[in-house]
Amino acid sequence: MMPGDKRDIIVVEDLVKRFGSFVANDHLNFRVSRGEIFGFLGANGAGKTTAIRILCGLSKPTSGKVLVAGQDVGTRPEKVKRSIGYMSQRFSLYEDLTVTENIRFYAGIYGLGPALIRERTAALLHRLELEHAADKLISSLPLGWKQKLAFSLAIFHEPAIVFLDEPTGGVDPVTRRQFWDLIYDAASKGITVFVTTHYMDEAEYCDRVCIMVDGRIEALGSPEELKARMGAADMDEVFVKLARKAIPRTEQV
Amino acid sequence: MKTAVRVWELEKRYGSTLALDGLDFSIGSGELFGFIGPDGAGKTSLFRILTTLLLPDRGGAAVLGMDVVRDLREVRKVIGYMPGRFSLYQDLSVKENLSFFATVFGTTVAENYELVRDIYGQIEPYRDRLAGKLSGGMKQKLALSCALIHRPGILILDEPTTGVDAVSRREFWDMLQRLRDEGLTILVSTPYMDEASRCDRVALMQSGRILGMDSPAAIAASFPKPLYKLRAGDMYRLYGALREFPATASVYRFGQDLHLTAGQGMIPDQDLLPYLQAQGLDDVVVAPCTPGIEDCFMELLSENQNQHDARR
Repeated sequence: MMPGDKRDIIVVEDLVKRFGSFVANDHLNFRVSRGEIFGFLGANGAGKTTAIRILCGLSKPTSGKVLVAGQDVGTRPEKVKRSIGYMSQRFSLYEDLTVTENIRFYAGIYGLGPALIRERTAALLHRLELEHAADKLISSLPLGWKQKLAFSLAIFHEPAIVFLDEPTGGVDPVTRRQFWDLIYDAASKGITVFVTTHYMDEAEYCDRVCIMVDGRIEALGSPEELKARMGAADMDEVFVKLARKAIPRTEQV
Repeated sequence: MKTAVRVWELEKRYGSTLALDGLDFSIGSGELFGFIGPDGAGKTSLFRILTTLLLPDRGGAAVLGMDVVRDLREVRKVIGYMPGRFSLYQDLSVKENLSFFATVFGTTVAENYELVRDIYGQIEPYRDRLAGKLSGGMKQKLALSCALIHRPGILILDEPTTGVDAVSRREFWDMLQRLRDEGLTILVSTPYMDEASRCDRVALMQSGRILGMDSPAAIAASFPKPLYKLRAGDMYRLYGALREFPATASVYRFGQDLHLTAGQGMIPDQDLLPYLQAQGLDDVVVAPCTPGIEDCFMELLSENQNQHDARR
């Protein structure tokens, strides 16, 4: 186990992030447990990306305490980066490298040894049924395969947490659901999944959901709790009820 | 009904990839028509051909009676096009962008202001702001205003709502429906299945082909099997159990429910519930379910896959 590996894998206390006079994150407070699937929702411009960049050690909080896998993101961002995985919608695969070359590259960056890389590569290709495509260029693969591979690479070094930023954009509905099978697999192995999405049905698949409005956390709880609290039939209705309250901040004069 | 768009035997290849695999269809004047499918389905290739930006390899298309290859100059005058990526000039202001697009088409903002009043009016208070500094929702409104300002005979919008949050998406579709009510023909593509219900007719696309094309209600009505929705305290275990259930044809997560299709003779009370109880799942609620577009898309996808495999 990693140092500081307790039940709460993410601890955020009074997180504030300002850009000049603009408050992008306004006193955020939340905790995420080990193995939890945590949905992070909000309208465009609500402050999600700012918060994720801080949690990944890419940006320093203006004030407040943020611990990720037991490490302080403000003072030890490099430690944080080593214990997380990250996948964005514009995936991070190299189009002009083959599948196995991409795997070797990522595993090398995270310091895995050759024997371990070989073993995990074989297991990964088998699990994704990609053995036949091992030597194909990424650019020749269908989008759905790329997404599954990008996710598998994001957790290849067995991080404590994986951040997924709109991972299922643009794929067909079957592939989108297969992607969630991978998310459940990862969570069942104890990897914490921190995911953003614009698909409200996917919000229902999370253990807990946090909804940001205008830089603040407007709601936090399990989908069942939020639906009951808002008197809503589904998460789409919860989201619309909360997000409608927002003042479009970039439109303030 | 007059025909606004006609497409025949349309094919487009990129190297060995068949992006459009022989499309044939017509769209009537005044329709709000949706092309629904994932990335790589061929939506953008189709729209680029219809907007004269790409040449077909075989077959052809006509927009408002004009051929997209032979009459390309005339076609360009009558279409309003909003490409998938934000196409405005980031370093021009809101007002400058709008007048630029009006000028290019030989008109003025004043002449056609009436057309964009509803939409442009919402962003007009920020007319001096640079387009690059706008929020996503405002960019969308400006891009739509720019596509409308020359009074086009048809509007072609390539994934205008991709990456946009659920609330802004709703507002955008409200705007499109108002334009349609005023008689404008609108073609719009989207990867979001739930937006199908906002269209008069839709084409469900995958891998360069149209899997189905009709009104959303007719597509839903054509779903070939009984469909059930199920819920239990432990959805993860329920999902696993249903995947192992011998009569299962398909089982998919659908938000807070699972959707199940099964072989024709399956009776839930007699066959399914006892099976689940035997696995310790005794709080399962099962009910018949009205198929949505996403159910239909996945069903068509698997039928298509089976035909494809059979042909091999």
